[in-house]
Amino acid sequence: MNVDIEQLDLPNLSRRQWLKGAGAITGLALTIGVSGLVRAAVEEPKKFGGDAMPGGLKDDALVFVSIGTDGIVSIVAHRSEMGQGVRTSLPMVVADELEADWSKVRVVQAEGNEAKYGNQNTDGSRSLRHSFEPMRRVGATARHMLETAAAAQWGVPVSEVEAKHHEVINKRTGKKLGYGELATAAGKLAVPARESLRLKTPAQFRYIGKQNTRNIDGRKIVTGATHYGIDTQLDGMLHAVIARPPVFGGKVKHFDASAALKVPGVVKVLELKGSNLPPLFHPLGGIAVLATNTWSATKGREALKITWDHGPNASYNSPAFRKTLEAAARKPAKAVRNNGNASAVLAKAKQKFEAEYYQPHIAHSSMEPPAATVRIVNGKCEVWACVQAPQATLETVAAHLGLKPENVKVNVTLLGGGFGRKSKPDFVAEAALLSQAMKGKPVKVTWTREDDIHHDYFHTVSLERIECALDEKGLPTAWLHRTTAPTIASTFVAGAKGGAPFELGMSAVNMPFNIPNVRVETPEVAAHTRIGWFRSVSNIPHAFAVQSFAAELAHKAKRDHKDYLLDLLGPARKINPDDISDSWNYGESPERYPLDIGRMRNVIELACKKAGWGRKLPKGHGLGLSLCYSFVTYVATVVEVVVAENGEISIPRVDLAVDCGPQVNPDRIRSQVEGACIMGASLALSGEITFKNGIAEQSNFHQYEVLRINEAPRDIQVHIVEHGLDVPLGGIGEPATPTIAPALCNAIFAATGKRIRTLPIRDQLSKV
Amino acid sequence: MVSLNINGKDRQLDVPGEMPILWALRDIEHLTGTKFGCGMALCGACTIHLDGEPVRSCVTPVSAAAGKKITTVEQISTDPVGEAVQKAWLDLGVAQCGYCQAGQVMSATALLKATPNPSDEEIDEAMSGNICRCGTYPRIRAAIKQAAKGAAK
Repeated sequence: MNVDIEQLDLPNLSRRQWLKGAGAITGLALTIGVSGLVRAAVEEPKKFGGDAMPGGLKDDALVFVSIGTDGIVSIVAHRSEMGQGVRTSLPMVVADELEADWSKVRVVQAEGNEAKYGNQNTDGSRSLRHSFEPMRRVGATARHMLETAAAAQWGVPVSEVEAKHHEVINKRTGKKLGYGELATAAGKLAVPARESLRLKTPAQFRYIGKQNTRNIDGRKIVTGATHYGIDTQLDGMLHAVIARPPVFGGKVKHFDASAALKVPGVVKVLELKGSNLPPLFHPLGGIAVLATNTWSATKGREALKITWDHGPNASYNSPAFRKTLEAAARKPAKAVRNNGNASAVLAKAKQKFEAEYYQPHIAHSSMEPPAATVRIVNGKCEVWACVQAPQATLETVAAHLGLKPENVKVNVTLLGGGFGRKSKPDFVAEAALLSQAMKGKPVKVTWTREDDIHHDYFHTVSLERIECALDEKGLPTAWLHRTTAPTIASTFVAGAKGGAPFELGMSAVNMPFNIPNVRVETPEVAAHTRIGWFRSVSNIPHAFAVQSFAAELAHKAKRDHKDYLLDLLGPARKINPDDISDSWNYGESPERYPLDIGRMRNVIELACKKAGWGRKLPKGHGLGLSLCYSFVTYVATVVEVVVAENGEISIPRVDLAVDCGPQVNPDRIRSQVEGACIMGASLALSGEITFKNGIAEQSNFHQYEVLRINEAPRDIQVHIVEHGLDVPLGGIGEPATPTIAPALCNAIFAATGKRIRTLPIRDQLSKV
Repeated sequence: MVSLNINGKDRQLDVPGEMPILWALRDIEHLTGTKFGCGMALCGACTIHLDGEPVRSCVTPVSAAAGKKITTVEQISTDPVGEAVQKAWLDLGVAQCGYCQAGQVMSATALLKATPNPSDEEIDEAMSGNICRCGTYPRIRAAIKQAAKGAAK
């Protein structure tokens, strides 16, 4: 196997490149066409954004829009809904250009089919960023066809008619034809060429950027009528719960199912084979209990007697691994960015400062645990599942069942949260294999909370070490950052070590400070569990370290943190990511999406102004600031913290300034930022998975504590920078998350003088 | 056989008495509005009303519901307070993924029925058993206050 991690990037990692290895269940080695990639790079111009994604972008109006003679407009949502509002926001874009009446719009969820819909991989904060323009063209195409049909009916040039709010109007006579009346005739017309489309100007937008549409699923949600992955009910369905190897890489030595089979309702006990490395999206193996209901399956699992071979990761212990990370971070390693000569400047610096920051593993723990239902009829497999990546699901299931992809249909349900976990369809493959073993009978696999927390694709554990040489004003002349963490690439390439470009490009190599000598290194450490991506991914540890370190430097220089941070950034300018060794740039074109220091400065000013930066605070209160450029969106955050005498922490207010470019659905932007704020606070205060002898020590919400309403920041103010279409869209689902931990820790320092460098904060402030 | 009254209907269920109400509702009655989140009464996603009292159905056996009325999210709009809660939830765009919201709506309805005008502390007390991983808490708090006004009209 010859794989160059440099050649991997996140969109493809999570998708096709591993696919040739999907047969690795039988021990087949992963073969990645690196030479093919290199050749492609030479022969074709590099693609960016949605064009670079598997499946690319599609804008076929006949695929995305259908109009009934009753005037009901059906619009396909081809991305997965997990709370970000995409089932509302994407159709809003189509409906706007289509001049449709939102009350007559119905949303149809696409099944997994990227040949038809284009890329459907719902992660990376990409849905609107990539699909905004294609969806506008879809709506405009349908509008043109309706106008053409109306003009033909009236025998007038198309220029004399205009579509407006679900009708086409004859501008001369004032006559009107409804969309329902025109649907049949319009459907027979040729689809107009992309170049002939007349898109709206922003002033003409009816829904885009406005606050006049509600969540398409809102009513169903509050009445319990929604269908999540866990809710599928099929006739004759069996419910499965699986005992998986407690240690990653372990397997069943032997088992006794006799007691389990005596549990009323239990129908069958089956062994599921595990897979070889790399883990990819394969099932972990184990013993499955199938029953007539979930509770019986759970009781049956409790009655299993299993002896495990824990395998090679049984010595994975978090405290020891922290020492491994520290040792690696304290030694020179491979440079992934090297501007100037940081090592030489540091070697002879009169004034130096260094610090290390620790971010533990975290688990996604979406409120809906992974769950999937599969049935196989006459060689055709049908899936119902809460998946972020329907096409990868389809391909994974097909590979595991030995079916052709065209014989697998993936119905995408609502997702009860995703956060990156549900990009990995291992749980769907389990259901598929069990259905196959039961001769195609419908099988639903439900993960319990313990399963979810024990067998996550965990966010990595990391040790970030930063060293600086300082000038007489306390500003850095050299910066050395060693980012030390097991890599996500290890999930796709057995034994992969060192940061991949997509990880390094999240606030490590593209650290934006105006420092002449910068060196970023990535020491190599092995992964001992499945590593996955978690909302904002590597920005979480990197922003925690970089933004905490900046505040520490400001304090050392006896400067106001905000003023110092602006000085670190330097003057407003646009940096080409290539110039700072960021080859990834979130998959976007460096020309279209440069690193814009002006926008960074602007969000800092805005957050600080709104938060009343510098205001006098009562004892025990502190304000803390941070900045993060995550998924091509700029976020600055000011947290106000109160630290009580006993060390208890509360967060009365958070101000987040967000520049995500043009807005489609402002209320969902706000809600995503509010949610990211609370999730960020949750991770900072209590988010930690620890391993003991290879086993995650936390099992449910009593041990893996997530923020509750009484602990959540009380007042979250989201300030969005207004744009026309002067800049392209940024992401919004992820970008605010990583700003919270550093802003909170900086606020704690302001309040107490205590610097937190190890997350979570938990009881580090308590006075014993 | 266990006799239950679910959303006003008498039902005979062929399940063991120790089966949690959650699974009887979801897998036997196919009422999937009530959600599984933790199985240990830690997250509140499975909240139902038993004779109007909020309980965690994942740890409450069906035997405990004998002779009592079970109300689930599918039925709560028939209660004027439940309806006011749902309306406030929609007006303020509370839900994100929505998975926990059935439990949130049931807890909030129970709170407002017992305490029509709750303070922040009373909201904390009643709602801190319901986890929302999407982080909709500020809107939940605001919606409860709005529903309190709506229900009082």
